[in-house]
Amino acid sequence: MIDLEWVKDYIDIEDENLKELATKITKAGINIEKVISNHIDNLVIGEVIECASHPDSDHLHICKVNVGSEILQIVCGASNVRKGIKVIVALPGAILPGNFEIKKSKIRGVESNGMLCALFELGLEEKTEEVYNKGITELDSKAKVGEDPLKYLGLDDTLYELDIHKHRNNDCYYHIGFAYEIAAILNHKVTLPEDKTSPIKENIKDYFSLKVDTKKCPYYLAKMVKDVKIGESPEFIKRRLSAYGMRSINNVVDISNYVMLEYGQPLHFFDKDTLGDNILVRDAKEGEEIVTLDGVKRKLKSSDIVITDGEKPVCIAGVMGGENTEVTEKTKDILIESAIFDAVSIRYTAANLDLRSEASIRYGKGLSYEYTNKAIERACHLLEKYAGAKVLTGTICHDKVDKTPKILEFETNEINDMLGIVLTDNDVKVELGRLDFPYEFKNGKFKVTVPSRRLDIDPNVNDIAEEVGRLYGYNNLASTLPNTVVRKGRYIGDVKYRKLASKRLRSLGLNECKTYTLVSPEMAKLFKYENKENAILPNPLSVDKSVIRTTLIPSLLNVYNYNKARKVNNIMLYEISKTYDKDYKEESKISLLMEGNYIINEWNNTKVKVDFYLVKGIIENILDYFGFKNRYSFEKESISNMHPGICASISLDEKRIGVIGRVHPSIEKDDVYVAEISLNALMENVKPIKFKPASKYPLIKKDLAFIVDKKTNSLEIENVIKKAGGKLLTDINVFDVYTGENVLNNEKSIAYSLTFSSDERTLSEEEVMEIFNKIISKCEKEIGAKLRDK
Amino acid sequence: MDKILDELKKELKEIKDLSKLNELKAKYLGKKGSISELSSKLKDMAAEEKKTFGSVLNKIKTDATNLLDEARSKIEEENLNKKLENESIDITLPSTKIPAGSPSILEKVVEEVEELLISMGYDVIDGPEIEEDKYNFEMLNIPKGHPARDAQDTFYLKNEEILLRSQTSPVQVRVMLEGKGKKPIRIICPGKTYRRDNDDATHSHQFMQIEGLLIDRKVSLSDLKGTFDVIAKKLFGEDTETRFRPSYYQFTEPSVEMDISCHHCDGKGCSICKNTGWITVSGAGMVHPNVLKNCGYDPKEWQGFAFGFGAERLAMVKYNIDDLRVFYTNDIREMRSFDRKEAE
Repeated sequence: MIDLEWVKDYIDIEDENLKELATKITKAGINIEKVISNHIDNLVIGEVIECASHPDSDHLHICKVNVGSEILQIVCGASNVRKGIKVIVALPGAILPGNFEIKKSKIRGVESNGMLCALFELGLEEKTEEVYNKGITELDSKAKVGEDPLKYLGLDDTLYELDIHKHRNNDCYYHIGFAYEIAAILNHKVTLPEDKTSPIKENIKDYFSLKVDTKKCPYYLAKMVKDVKIGESPEFIKRRLSAYGMRSINNVVDISNYVMLEYGQPLHFFDKDTLGDNILVRDAKEGEEIVTLDGVKRKLKSSDIVITDGEKPVCIAGVMGGENTEVTEKTKDILIESAIFDAVSIRYTAANLDLRSEASIRYGKGLSYEYTNKAIERACHLLEKYAGAKVLTGTICHDKVDKTPKILEFETNEINDMLGIVLTDNDVKVELGRLDFPYEFKNGKFKVTVPSRRLDIDPNVNDIAEEVGRLYGYNNLASTLPNTVVRKGRYIGDVKYRKLASKRLRSLGLNECKTYTLVSPEMAKLFKYENKENAILPNPLSVDKSVIRTTLIPSLLNVYNYNKARKVNNIMLYEISKTYDKDYKEESKISLLMEGNYIINEWNNTKVKVDFYLVKGIIENILDYFGFKNRYSFEKESISNMHPGICASISLDEKRIGVIGRVHPSIEKDDVYVAEISLNALMENVKPIKFKPASKYPLIKKDLAFIVDKKTNSLEIENVIKKAGGKLLTDINVFDVYTGENVLNNEKSIAYSLTFSSDERTLSEEEVMEIFNKIISKCEKEIGAKLRDK
Repeated sequence: MDKILDELKKELKEIKDLSKLNELKAKYLGKKGSISELSSKLKDMAAEEKKTFGSVLNKIKTDATNLLDEARSKIEEENLNKKLENESIDITLPSTKIPAGSPSILEKVVEEVEELLISMGYDVIDGPEIEEDKYNFEMLNIPKGHPARDAQDTFYLKNEEILLRSQTSPVQVRVMLEGKGKKPIRIICPGKTYRRDNDDATHSHQFMQIEGLLIDRKVSLSDLKGTFDVIAKKLFGEDTETRFRPSYYQFTEPSVEMDISCHHCDGKGCSICKNTGWITVSGAGMVHPNVLKNCGYDPKEWQGFAFGFGAERLAMVKYNIDDLRVFYTNDIREMRSFDRKEAE
């Protein structure tokens, strides 16, 4: 939050429209989320020139009020209204907080042309009983009739609520830093506030010695003041802190906060009398304890930093002071600390102790050493001026800060190339001037020194291009396309195969799902068809999402249940996603779930119901699409959580690549079929398309039917037929499977249509019959098949 | 003799089916038919008379045949028409439903971006979702302890070294390392990412990013702007306006946020654009010189830009969806709106 009235102390923006300025600042990169203005239109200072009682009321008054341009009759109920006082008048048209619009009206029959106000009615004071009983706000006699009362009271502040990107939230979250940003945008100059003091002869070194025994405190600076008179803060400090949302405590504590909001440097005040005379800054001891300002006893870790009186901790550095050395009403002498601590360490400590304060946030972002100095001087100045402090000569100081300035060398064309714009050397000089970045320009080269307040800028051309670019205005950039070689892009690696499978599955009528990689331990246990263990998150958000899945089937089953519960019928789902095992080995998988009717027309009884063979067909369709015809097979295998009689493994080139089956009725009572195959296995085996011309010679078809044992599966018979059939047998198709009348209970009839053909010649009936008979005899011999109808 | 034809014509009028027609044909043209009988008279005639009679007879025969054929086709046509009429169906009865598959809403949006960028020369590539810290953070100019890590609260798997990637940027790192500082790069990396956020209408512990990276010898921020313009117009329509705002990311410098004009209110201000007329859809910038260096590209020689979209965000803006969880619920009733391709 930035108070623009406050900023006016450092930069002349008296004539700026603050709303427009906010837009300019936002465009240049500091995002102003909200402009909060206390200004209210149609509010004027008035003087009550007559005050009479209302004839129909025991508490209302009829006033004549001079508002400069005219004299208005206003009915007022406040007990303190009387002739001669100066008051705040809300004229008709004024809109008070709560969207309360003032209108001309009649109050118990008497015309009233406005309202005399109390500050709480304007939202500028808390409405307590005491405030309420005081009645309307009385202005002093110097107030000029007709003018803006809020301006007169100094209450018409405009505040900017900022939402700043991380890199600028150290220098733009304090008023002087923000003034520099405005200065760059408006091309103005910044004036720093007064920080002169008249030190007394005594030297701080007579009172304190300092030792820093940690690497995490590069800079520690302290000054001492004596004889402070604790009291109320001056109005402007109280008002500014309150506008910022900070409660005024007393002049001394307020000054430490005030300076922090000016320079961004948190200060810590110790009561000198409770502190001893040896300051030792060191790493905390593991388990060491301190009672902090808020009265809580805190246990420290060795990664925390503490300020000690040589022995016991008196402050958790950068986070919160100790109760033992707190500034109280009785405090006379103060040690002021202005320091820089390791940002990462402070963030860690603040998070660990759950103590995020204005100070710890600022330390956590990093600080500029120049302002560490400035802030302490400014604090002394204010303490001298507003708390009667006597400032001692000298400082105690530990200084290991690298003060080497960041130097940036570049040529104008580097900025132009980076941004795609055309600036001249002079343009760049103007921009650097606005930024208040000192520079030299020699032989066409800039040499810029980055001010220490801009911690975000690294010495590379990108950073300076950004500064120039944002002031130049990104809206002024041209829209061009990169000057690159013309080429068409393509899908690379697994994405390519994912797209291919996805395209096919969508055209086969399946809906693509997106489900979560992280599943519950219960889900992870389902459909374990591989010998894989799950990777488990050590710190999950919830148990529900604590395990990385190895299969997508349980997730699709959840989607099925979600939709089924909403009365959706005929559910066809697929998902393609990466899975990982406990060694983080990756495998992309294609998973399907199908239930209901694949094709349906109820009134004419057309139905293709989803069953094992349909899902098998879909899988084959994909495998064929990838070019694996005749290279895959399905083998019965029992798989956990699948129907023991209706499931199989899927193999490609005799290597298992997936499973298919009906979900076990104990998990899902509906006829739900699922399948899953490894996309990685497909990727590894794809071969390029080869053209195969159709045979020019006629083919010969022969049918035969066997009676076999019921347990004999078709694949076994086919394998025998294939082997016996040799090269000229080019296709086998099952056209009938029968059990029942004329077939024994433990047997079934299965009929095949065999196709014989050659690419080289016309086959003779005799040679085909020879093969045909061989097939029959092999089947009889090897499987005990009996030829039917023989 | 003309009488015969007249009679035939008269009889034909009565005939409605083919068997009767055949009978009639036999009656006139059959062996014992009336015309055949006439021709038997020929043998008793004198040569001259024979000639005249013969030609008349022939004409009658031809005419009779024509008349009968004509009647036959007429009856056949009528029969066919009758048959077709019987086969006529109620075409208003419901169809047989052929299933129509659909992409997930997120994939649909991703594919639109992919399609466009492929045509602009970008390859589409993905990388591992379980990543190493060095690819996900360190090489992207986000060292351990950097505050940028706090915002991307990450699911770590092992010793803060192995993690579920919190962004798709590590894919860019991998591609740059492969390029060994020698090849120009043009890629987009759509993929799943994970952060420790509790799921609600605007947060999801799993989400999809689409990141793009272009590295070449001469690339500028204006080129990024042009590229973004093309993408925005493709996704949100030709009238879409764009703007850049300065922003900050650890791996780009200068960094920008890219806004599109709100297509729901044409920039006038509505609840979707929070009355600003603009919707932020992407973060982007010039690749940070440290990142180029880390990945083997000399920033003196190579420049590049990178941009990132949230697929959920794009879909929410494009289809006016206000709850991010929709994308992971997979309600088929909602998915069915996306089983079609929009004409472009």
